[in-house]
Amino acid sequence: MNVLIVSAILGVVMLFSGVLLKQTRIVRAIAIIGMAVLLVINILEISGTSFFNIHTYGMMHFDRFALLFNSIVLFSTLVYFILSAKDMEKVGIHYGEYFALIFFIVCGIVLVASFKSLLILFLGVEIISIPLYILTGSDKKNLKSNEASLKYFLMGAFSTGLMLMGIALIYGATGTFNASEMTFPAARPSILPVAGMLLLLFSMAFKVSAAPFHFWTPDVYDGAPTVFTSFMATIVKAAVFIGFIRLFDEAFGSFNAEWQTWIAVITVITLFIGNITAVFQQSVKRMLAYSSIAQAGFMLLAVYAMNTDAKEGILLYTAAYCLATIGIFAVLAKMSDYTFEGFNGMARQQPMIALLTTIFFLSLAGIPLTAGFLAKFYMLKAALGAGGSLWVVIFAVLMAAVSVWYYFRVIQAMYFKDGQATVQVSPFFKWTLAVLAAVVILLGIFPNLLLYWYYF
Amino acid sequence: MLTGFAAFFFRNEKMIRSLAFVSSIIVLVISSLGLIFFRGTKWVEHQSAWMSTLGSSLSLRLDGMGQMLCLLTAIAFSLIFLSGWESLYRYKKANNFFALMLLSQAGLMGVFLSMDALLFYFFWELALIPVYFLCSQWGGERRISVTFKFFIYTFVGSLLMLVGILYVAAHTPDRSFSIDSFYKAKLSFKEQSWLFWLFFIAFAVKMPIFPFHTWQPDTYEQAPTPVTMVLSGVMVKMGIMGLIRWLLPLFPLAADNWATLVSTLCVIGIIYASLIAIKQDDLKRLVAYSSIAHIGLMCLAVFSHNTIGMQGVMIQMFNHGINIIGLWILIEMIEKKFGTRKMSELGGLAQKNPSMAIFFVLIALANIALPLTNAFVGEFMMFNGIFGADVYNGNYTVLGLIKLNANYFSMIYTVGAGLGIILAAVYTLNMIRKVFYGEASARISDGRDIKRYERLALVMIVILILGMGIYPQSALNVTNDVTDSILKISDLGHQLKK
Repeated sequence: MNVLIVSAILGVVMLFSGVLLKQTRIVRAIAIIGMAVLLVINILEISGTSFFNIHTYGMMHFDRFALLFNSIVLFSTLVYFILSAKDMEKVGIHYGEYFALIFFIVCGIVLVASFKSLLILFLGVEIISIPLYILTGSDKKNLKSNEASLKYFLMGAFSTGLMLMGIALIYGATGTFNASEMTFPAARPSILPVAGMLLLLFSMAFKVSAAPFHFWTPDVYDGAPTVFTSFMATIVKAAVFIGFIRLFDEAFGSFNAEWQTWIAVITVITLFIGNITAVFQQSVKRMLAYSSIAQAGFMLLAVYAMNTDAKEGILLYTAAYCLATIGIFAVLAKMSDYTFEGFNGMARQQPMIALLTTIFFLSLAGIPLTAGFLAKFYMLKAALGAGGSLWVVIFAVLMAAVSVWYYFRVIQAMYFKDGQATVQVSPFFKWTLAVLAAVVILLGIFPNLLLYWYYF
Repeated sequence: MLTGFAAFFFRNEKMIRSLAFVSSIIVLVISSLGLIFFRGTKWVEHQSAWMSTLGSSLSLRLDGMGQMLCLLTAIAFSLIFLSGWESLYRYKKANNFFALMLLSQAGLMGVFLSMDALLFYFFWELALIPVYFLCSQWGGERRISVTFKFFIYTFVGSLLMLVGILYVAAHTPDRSFSIDSFYKAKLSFKEQSWLFWLFFIAFAVKMPIFPFHTWQPDTYEQAPTPVTMVLSGVMVKMGIMGLIRWLLPLFPLAADNWATLVSTLCVIGIIYASLIAIKQDDLKRLVAYSSIAHIGLMCLAVFSHNTIGMQGVMIQMFNHGINIIGLWILIEMIEKKFGTRKMSELGGLAQKNPSMAIFFVLIALANIALPLTNAFVGEFMMFNGIFGADVYNGNYTVLGLIKLNANYFSMIYTVGAGLGIILAAVYTLNMIRKVFYGEASARISDGRDIKRYERLALVMIVILILGMGIYPQSALNVTNDVTDSILKISDLGHQLKK
């Protein structure tokens, strides 16, 4: 609750600060401080201090899971601001507004993470999506950015339609919007709730860019300014996943026999398309777009399994994935050439940046000692715990091996090929990145640092 | 005591970036001394909570096999550093090189000591990653693609093993990853059968066993020789150790069931690799193929499932590591001095470099297991084990003509493996003949004899070879208890079945 209200206020503040303040430095400082404040008050709320006591009439529920996820989001966004806020200047002149939009997105994320009523879910998803359409198209003079924005908007509107339709059907079947009050006939659910559930499933799959609803993703991620791609591909995607999990846990948990196979099929297709297509990319940015599809496939395993391990795991996974990808994108945004060749010889020019980027890629590939490994580990464990699904797990593992192929291409380019890849970075950027990498490794060795908060 | 070990290595790894060389030697000497010192005690254990929510703990234990292998690791690394006293210095960014080497050493030690499946997996990968970077950075011309192939191979294998580990962990009584509860896991025969393969592929890629070996000659050839030493001397032992410590006790029924198939693969591998080795011209590739053959024999003996065979494997793991490192050192010297590894371009080395020739012949003879050398003891015991094995089940009929029963199988395998030994003699002696005797080729005209530190390393190897060859009992005592306990655990399965 704290975060929701304060971030809405901060959004408005940023909006005006963009108009009133001419110096971008101050705007940036306000944004970073604002995000830090959000993180602090969220942690305060975890430990029991809430500043606002507004009765939500059971439409929202700020439980441990939601609050912890908020912390992950806020921390990631804070890191993202510190690393990439400067690059936003390159995008356009409406500097303050970009921050404002991101603060609004954070509002949406809080809604999605803590919804009880399906209406709040819808509201949250829309609050996330609409600023994103704008951010995607924020590079106004660039044709690709415009195209991406339009494509995203059209497809997004379509999936929103599906979602509303699904919610309506569910309401028709159960007579309530409240996810935990829904009761479905256990034996053979009628066509109405099943159809509604499927529509919701498809629209959520669209939002997390799971195959076969992923076609917008590469174009949008590629077309959008790199700084915003970073935000979109990590934090936003993670947030929608949390909504996904909550929805299928609370609302449809009782008839999982109906949807589990669907999810399994979507997972397998997503893993396959994401990983295999990523292998053939020439641009690192596009490769990351497909890799984000592939990672979504792994996160879908949590939806598939839907047990305690899955819930712990998805928190770890989102943290690992967000932090590593933000790090990579932050470096990418500073580079002039997005192809694999663009990374050639980086280890010689910038040994530290190359090392840190390697750590992030290792984490994405799921190599032990990084957070990415434990995240994948939890996912596999959860999926195995769900029982009778060994083929999905083995398939996921094989696809993880494929992912090594394209992640390591970047590492190879940086270390073993000759070239002149240079990035202009400040020492501050370097050290922030180093701290980020340290967090990634720390979570890979002691996941309890994060998961501790889930229980206590 | 053991955390001391592990932490010691990690901490030193960081310091060594600046000081690289000398300190590494000191560390290694200390570690080998330490290992010898602890030999008398039964086993040293360390356990502390790590990821409690996952049911995994940081548990390390130094049992007999672990002692043996840690000793091998320590000796191997110090020999590598010693033999490359000057040449390693000349690498570009030598400090990174040493740091990665020591990191992989830490990983290897961890693999040999960890008594927790998850921790085992962690170290298993930790040993691999530095090797990947080492080979790709400092290797031969085709290093990047070759090393990548190696990496993908092993990574797929280990991921499959991870699935297996998870599955077994879900079936242990207390849902933990510790080895003791793994041994208690209740698995039906059907589950064991496919879990067996998930684990076996990971180990087989590492060793490598016949159909999974294709990465190996390329990688050995392209890797910088010190890394090749690590790979062939120590790293392949990870696979064998995995078989002994994890595979057999975990899936006794499946191991019994698949023993025939696996053994057949091993024998095919032995003969196939030996035949190819005869045809090789490149010294590195020749030794690589001969290594496949030797490892195949060890794997065969592991599956023979009796005390003498298993003890033979234990001792042979150590010996093979020492011998092959000796060979690599000599090959590296030849390459450095004469600029080629091709046997066709060498010849008559013995005239110019008598001491090198003596060392080479000694180590090569150990490689073909002549009596009085260390490998003889190991191979003799392994053959004994294979011949006496009673695990090859079923009565097969080949082409409707010949009826085979278990005894025939052990006979056939013994003969097959014995053929491997004969072939080993063929290619090894052929190598010696071509390289050291005959007409002196033009290339070796300016050959000088070996340097002092190189001689020191080689003398140490020869002492180890002869020492283990003449008095192997001390080493056998070390691993006795492990062999017994492993066989006891995996034997329950036998009885269940009968």
